[in-house]
Amino acid sequence: MTEAAPLSSGDLRQRAETLGQSLPPLLAEAELLASTIMLGEHGRRRAGQGDEFWQYRPTHSGDSARMIDWRRSARSDATFVREREWQAAQSVTLWVDPAKSMAFSGATGRVEKGDRARLLAMALAVLLLRGGERVGLAGGNVPPRPGRGQLLRLLMALEAAGEADYGTPDATGIASHGRVVFLSDFMGDLAGVEAALGRASDRGARGVLLQVLDPAEEDFPFDGRTIFESMGGTVRHETLRAGDLRGRYLARLAERKDRLAMLARAVGWHYHCHHTGDAAQPALLWLYRALEGGR
Amino acid sequence: MFMLGPVGFVTPVLLWALVALPVLWLLLRAVPPAPIRRRFPGVALLLGLQDEDNETDRTPWWLLLLRMVAIAAAIIAFAGPILNPREREPGTGPLLVVVDGGWADARDWGRRIERAGALVEEAGRDGRAVAVLRLTDAPEAVVFQAADAWAGRLAAMEPQAWLPGDLEGWAAVLPDEAFDTFWLSDGLERPGREALFAALDRAGEVRLFQSPRPVLALHPAGFADGAVQIAASRLPVAGPLEVDVVARGPDPAGIERELARVTLAFAGGEARGEVALALPPELRNRITRFEVMGQRSAGAVSLTDDSLKRRKVALIGGRADNAEGLQLLSPTHYLRQALEPVADLIDGSLTDVLLANPDVIVLADVPALTQEEQDAVLGWLDGGGLLLRFAGPLLAASDVSRLSEDPLMPVRLREGGRTVGGAMSWGEPKTLAPFAEGSPFHGLAVPDEVTVTAQVLAQPDPELAARTIAALEDGTPLVTRKEVGQGQVVLVHVTANAEWSTLPLSGLFVQMLERLAVSTRPALPGADDLAGQIWVPEVLLDAYGAAREAGEMAGVEGAALAAGLTEGPGPALPPGLYAGADRRVALNAVGAETVLEPAAWPAGTPVEGLDVAQEQVLKGWALSVALAALMIDILAALWISGRLSGLRRGVAVLAVVVLALGAGAPEVRAQEAPDPEEEALALEATTAVVLGHVLTGDARVDEVAEAGLRGLGERLWERTSIEPEAPIGVDIERDELAFFPFLYWPVTAGQTLPSANAYRKLNDYLRTGGMILFDTRDSDVARAGGSTPEAQHLQRIAAGLNIPPLEQVPLDHVLTRTFYLLQDFPGRFGGAPVWVEAAPPDAEQVEGMPFRNLNDGVTPVVIGGNDWASAWAVDAMGVPMFPVGRGFAGERQREMANRFGINLIMHVLTGNYKSDQVHVPALLERLGQ
Repeated sequence: MTEAAPLSSGDLRQRAETLGQSLPPLLAEAELLASTIMLGEHGRRRAGQGDEFWQYRPTHSGDSARMIDWRRSARSDATFVREREWQAAQSVTLWVDPAKSMAFSGATGRVEKGDRARLLAMALAVLLLRGGERVGLAGGNVPPRPGRGQLLRLLMALEAAGEADYGTPDATGIASHGRVVFLSDFMGDLAGVEAALGRASDRGARGVLLQVLDPAEEDFPFDGRTIFESMGGTVRHETLRAGDLRGRYLARLAERKDRLAMLARAVGWHYHCHHTGDAAQPALLWLYRALEGGR
Repeated sequence: MFMLGPVGFVTPVLLWALVALPVLWLLLRAVPPAPIRRRFPGVALLLGLQDEDNETDRTPWWLLLLRMVAIAAAIIAFAGPILNPREREPGTGPLLVVVDGGWADARDWGRRIERAGALVEEAGRDGRAVAVLRLTDAPEAVVFQAADAWAGRLAAMEPQAWLPGDLEGWAAVLPDEAFDTFWLSDGLERPGREALFAALDRAGEVRLFQSPRPVLALHPAGFADGAVQIAASRLPVAGPLEVDVVARGPDPAGIERELARVTLAFAGGEARGEVALALPPELRNRITRFEVMGQRSAGAVSLTDDSLKRRKVALIGGRADNAEGLQLLSPTHYLRQALEPVADLIDGSLTDVLLANPDVIVLADVPALTQEEQDAVLGWLDGGGLLLRFAGPLLAASDVSRLSEDPLMPVRLREGGRTVGGAMSWGEPKTLAPFAEGSPFHGLAVPDEVTVTAQVLAQPDPELAARTIAALEDGTPLVTRKEVGQGQVVLVHVTANAEWSTLPLSGLFVQMLERLAVSTRPALPGADDLAGQIWVPEVLLDAYGAAREAGEMAGVEGAALAAGLTEGPGPALPPGLYAGADRRVALNAVGAETVLEPAAWPAGTPVEGLDVAQEQVLKGWALSVALAALMIDILAALWISGRLSGLRRGVAVLAVVVLALGAGAPEVRAQEAPDPEEEALALEATTAVVLGHVLTGDARVDEVAEAGLRGLGERLWERTSIEPEAPIGVDIERDELAFFPFLYWPVTAGQTLPSANAYRKLNDYLRTGGMILFDTRDSDVARAGGSTPEAQHLQRIAAGLNIPPLEQVPLDHVLTRTFYLLQDFPGRFGGAPVWVEAAPPDAEQVEGMPFRNLNDGVTPVVIGGNDWASAWAVDAMGVPMFPVGRGFAGERQREMANRFGINLIMHVLTGNYKSDQVHVPALLERLGQ
């Protein structure tokens, strides 16, 4: 397998599972309301619907007779009700930027940004599904569902490549009060990101923005007379001395990162920047933690 | 030939091409570098950015300049530049080449001959007759010959070891016809030079060549104030100068080598420099020559003769020497007075002084020697020693050499001796007879005032007459001598003090000692000393200062040698070492008083330095400049267009380095680790608990140790409140140890031992509460008590450490219960004993308590071989790096290893706290009461 070759489905799945193996199952902490609740494996530390035993309590008025746990009641004079722990499962919606800009790699031997983003998304899906969460893709084609079978559907959907030069997050198909993960380079118009964030948070969803960048985009190691073109060729810019632009480019990039972080903070989301030159696992860990505890 | 300053051009027409350069400038300037197309998603961020200036669409001026330089250099190269082209000036008439040919020319003789050869060759091409004079030769008629005849003779011409003498003689034999003269002068003033110059000037044009190199002359070394005095002169007199003077001579094995070296400094403006060289006598007596380092001329060499050699004389007195008698009565007093200025005196017992191998042993009134001493002295005599005995009351009273001749006495003695001229005798005190021919004292004047009042008498003997070398006027032997082996025994029949005679009070006494070669002669022999003898050269110096055997060369009269010593050597008397009957005299090229004076040529005479500007073709250099400029242009053009990064930068840099070959600056190295580095380490090690491991120099072992401590750190983080940061490799030679509570030290057989400084740090560290875990990692092979290389090396390392007595970890050691309860301490291997500081001898087990009340402190070292780091080691993913044991039992062992590590760190950080916990039940019980 060469790093630069496009990922086949099986290959991607295998690598994603390998990556996901070294982490414990993700127990995402459900935070909000019962309205989206489907029974799952997450104890809420309070009595409710679920499979796990929580406590015995004396019978109140209003409890139906079939709620009484006769085995426990037989050992004393009073009657007891057996309560179970309230458990909840989480819906997580992923969006991976399919645009052409994600196909960029700054050096031979370095993975494309899109590959890295899909790998992270799949690894996260593996973890979440193993933890009993429901995972889907934004856009409504692959609604959130639990189970390992969902992995194949996710894979199929992730293979699709977009035609646009720069991607805009898709906020449709997001479950209310679920979790959302946006993976992109966020090089396009930030208005689209802002709108998507607004729509998602309107639905009570919280989540993370993971910006995947190539080290070349961080360093701008260019000099001399250069014509820069976007991956699709729709945007171009010519300069006579690329080295002079470096400072201003970096300033704009930093400004864009600040803006993204501010947008995320404003709606209670998390923002992180990941470079394809680094290992994927720290980014996955960060995703895991951001989804799990909101730290 | 077209000339520009010192540079001439073969084809100056090509230089017209330089006119085209400005046109080229305009053309090149107008062409901008081509753009590169790049795919880059970040272009979205670039939109709207303007270039700060538009200048770069033209080639930058410095690049243009570089290209101009390259082209100009190429044009100039093909125009054929030549530096200092030699102009030939044909002359007419015969040419006389005069060389001084003395030792002062030897410093650059090759170049002088080369110059003279060039002149002769040139004259030959011009068809001129040539004659070459060497002024050191005896004057003879000058004959002009064809140049070819001189070429071979010039090459064979050598300088002489003396300076030109008879210049007036040469002036007299010059031919009458008109001729031109080249005089290759050594730059020294000498009598007759002006006359010769005037004669040459009358005959035709005179051109002078004179070397700018200084002339150095080394004067003969003298001896004063207990040190060898060395002096040198120089010409021309200039700023301060330091030269090394080397003393050479045979070493004990007879091989000639450098014995001493001293730096002689000329002060600025001083023509003469002096230095004193203090040497032990053994070394000093070996010196055969001094020479100025780096100077190849006879003037820079001074041979030494006997005047520098000082004899070692052992003085052994008899009876009164050590008693508190009057000093003037001491048997050795007058000897000491006579010898002290001219010889090195040795005191001590006979056996002691024999070890110093003296040249002379003087026994003043010492009657008998023990058999052992006598054998030793006889052995020394066989090797060439001189035993000088004086008579005295003790000798007269003893029966030494009475009946048979003592081996250490030249004659048999009659009992009692005799006294003449005393109060109870009739006779007058006796005076000395003139010294007979054949006696070493022959020629010494006998003063009248020397009288003898008492002496010991020799038994009449057939050999007595032959052995007598001095006698009284009545024929009684006064000094007798006998050869023993290569040495000799001399007996003076009177005392060495003034008791029996007035001889020691007279100057004759000193002269006699000198003739006996007991004392050293004065430095410069006078004409009287030399006269009357034939002096045979032993060693001769050539003009370059090299010594060679004189061979069959005839001897010279003493008078001639005396003249040579004052006036300097000449053809009949070359410098060297001349041997007389009993001494050797060095005749050096430079005398003690020689003064170097610069020759003063008449004003207006052209004096040229010897260095002729060499003709040098510059075409290659100019082409190299052009090529180098083009190479730089390639790199610069790539850099301008931003393509340099696309290339392998290393290749580009390498190319520049190759171009810059020869201009490599010396590598500058920081002398010490800078402070910021130490600060960074201190900060890193002290912001949290950090485990350290000692760097062994074995990369693999260090890596495992690092991984092991990282794994242990993770276990600690998971299970305990100790939250260590990433471990740090510690260089015990350089790093501060105080930051680390715990050091893991894997011992390898190839580890270098710590320096003294490192040991000091380690001992401080152990004393102030640090702990080192030594791990020999060998308990898999060291089971049967065998000693592995690692264990042996650990012993060597620990030898310098302040380690207390050790014992195997006892069952009740606090290490077994600081966190987990443990019975053994396996690592990757198990079962080997682990050693810690021994419990104090008074520790006893109290009745009813499971543990002894042990020492308060933390054990400073834990020593074992279970390879714990390998058991702890995890890779970057947190997966164990090495298998431990087999299956579940192995995992159990790894767990135990981890628990041992946790216990150990707990022990390090909490000390004896857990040891106190075992007393809690007892404390609670008391509180309850």
